[in-house]
Amino acid sequence: MVMNGKQHRQEFSVNFMDFIGAGQAASQIKLLLQKVGYDPLVIRRASIAAYELEMNLVIHGGGGALSVVIKPDKIELLAEDDGPGIADLDLAMQEGYSTAPLSVREMGFGAGMGLPNVKKNTDVIEMKSEVGKGTWIKAVIFTKNEV
Amino acid sequence: MRLSKVKILLAAEVLCGEEYLDREVACAFGCDLLSDVLAFTPSNVLLLTGLVNNQVLRTAELIEAAGVVFVRGKRPAPEVVDLAKERGIPLLATDYMLYDSCGILYQHGLAGCKKE
Repeated sequence: MVMNGKQHRQEFSVNFMDFIGAGQAASQIKLLLQKVGYDPLVIRRASIAAYELEMNLVIHGGGGALSVVIKPDKIELLAEDDGPGIADLDLAMQEGYSTAPLSVREMGFGAGMGLPNVKKNTDVIEMKSEVGKGTWIKAVIFTKNEV
Repeated sequence: MRLSKVKILLAAEVLCGEEYLDREVACAFGCDLLSDVLAFTPSNVLLLTGLVNNQVLRTAELIEAAGVVFVRGKRPAPEVVDLAKERGIPLLATDYMLYDSCGILYQHGLAGCKKE
């Protein structure tokens, strides 16, 4: 895939509590980034962040949209939902804090590492959330003009 | 350590990916928390877990794990094995507990993952 300095955007629909389909969007994003030809470490960071954002949409957001935007100097991941929103963003960013139900924890999620993992694997994270309205998260990985 | 040695040491059944058993694993991580797997493992890791849902496979795929060992005699559903075949991830299953499995592999020289 040749980007020619243009941006490429792809959006994936993510369904609420769909643990069979969950991870497909992140998997597709990983394949896309591999096609572009990024460094394996960049792909790994973006894939992990995308997967955590996708799981958040599945578990907390009531479903939503996960997008990847490939720009000449960065990869942007966008997670948008019309779910219940996050009352305290600082608390949500804290390792170990989780509001996930027991059924989700039994599947290996809900350890309170989701958003901290997104932060750890990306260079910039922006979040907006309103209780009762939804959540918008943008996570950016800089790529040193690789494409 | 090669996966073929892991198979022997853990008396494991190979559920799929027999063709990948000559793969060399860098280190091992034993865990039932997938977010911790995402947070703390490098690529080429051997993942040992008691979870058998398809998210284990998604996680293994995204971190580029060398293989997965299901412990405590647990077996995933056929769809999970199919996904692993599709993604080229070898799956092993052992009757040993997680602690014992890790102990046996560690004793034979397979180190844990270092925290970044």
